[in-house]
Amino acid sequence: MLNIEQTPLDEMVSDAVKTFPDECCGFLFGKDENNIRTIKKIQVVNNAKEGDKRRRFVISAKDYLKAEQFADENNLQLIGVYHSHPNHPAIPSEHDRVAAQPYFSYIILSVINNEFDHIRSWQLNEQQQFEEEKILIQQLN
Amino acid sequence: MATVIIPTPLRKFTNNTARLNIRAGSVQDIVNDLSFNFPELKRHLLDENGKIRSFVNVFVGDDDIRDLQNEHTSVKEDSVISIVPAIAGGNL
Repeated sequence: MLNIEQTPLDEMVSDAVKTFPDECCGFLFGKDENNIRTIKKIQVVNNAKEGDKRRRFVISAKDYLKAEQFADENNLQLIGVYHSHPNHPAIPSEHDRVAAQPYFSYIILSVINNEFDHIRSWQLNEQQQFEEEKILIQQLN
Repeated sequence: MATVIIPTPLRKFTNNTARLNIRAGSVQDIVNDLSFNFPELKRHLLDENGKIRSFVNVFVGDDDIRDLQNEHTSVKEDSVISIVPAIAGGNL
């Protein structure tokens, strides 16, 4: 189960739409307690892919190190990564799977013709295959 | 002892330990030590030829070992080694 608070959800959607037709990317921070993850904050990161960014994203090692440091300093956990699939469904590709890390949640946002369409999240299982995580949007009072 | 920082996704293979103190030497020595003490970590660090996987970056201080002497890069007692997973993907 992956809970996403409304603010980080809005920020991811905004990044995905703004970056269309290129892929956006960023980090997810929050808490992981008793197998229930809650995304409390995101960090937008530059897509460091050289050349065509409509089908690929890359996050630099320096940005990764900064994200681990940010989590440490803010008493949060680095929960995973989000990216967008412009004009494609939010289903991980083989390229996503090969590059994926264990433990991380991989949120994918589908943007169709410049408009946010849907969001799904995935996690690698022990056989290195993606399994979908159920998403719950958490409204804060 | 050098300090090795384990990235979040690999901590489940190091008993949830984020920082390890390992005897200095070379990057290869550090990787060998990690592989010996945490066998499940090995397949995430090394390929079938025993080389550091292409999806794994290793930094000594602020420097990528690919810009230094790769696995032969020396590690001092006060060095901080960061293992950094490559984060990439895309829709095709």
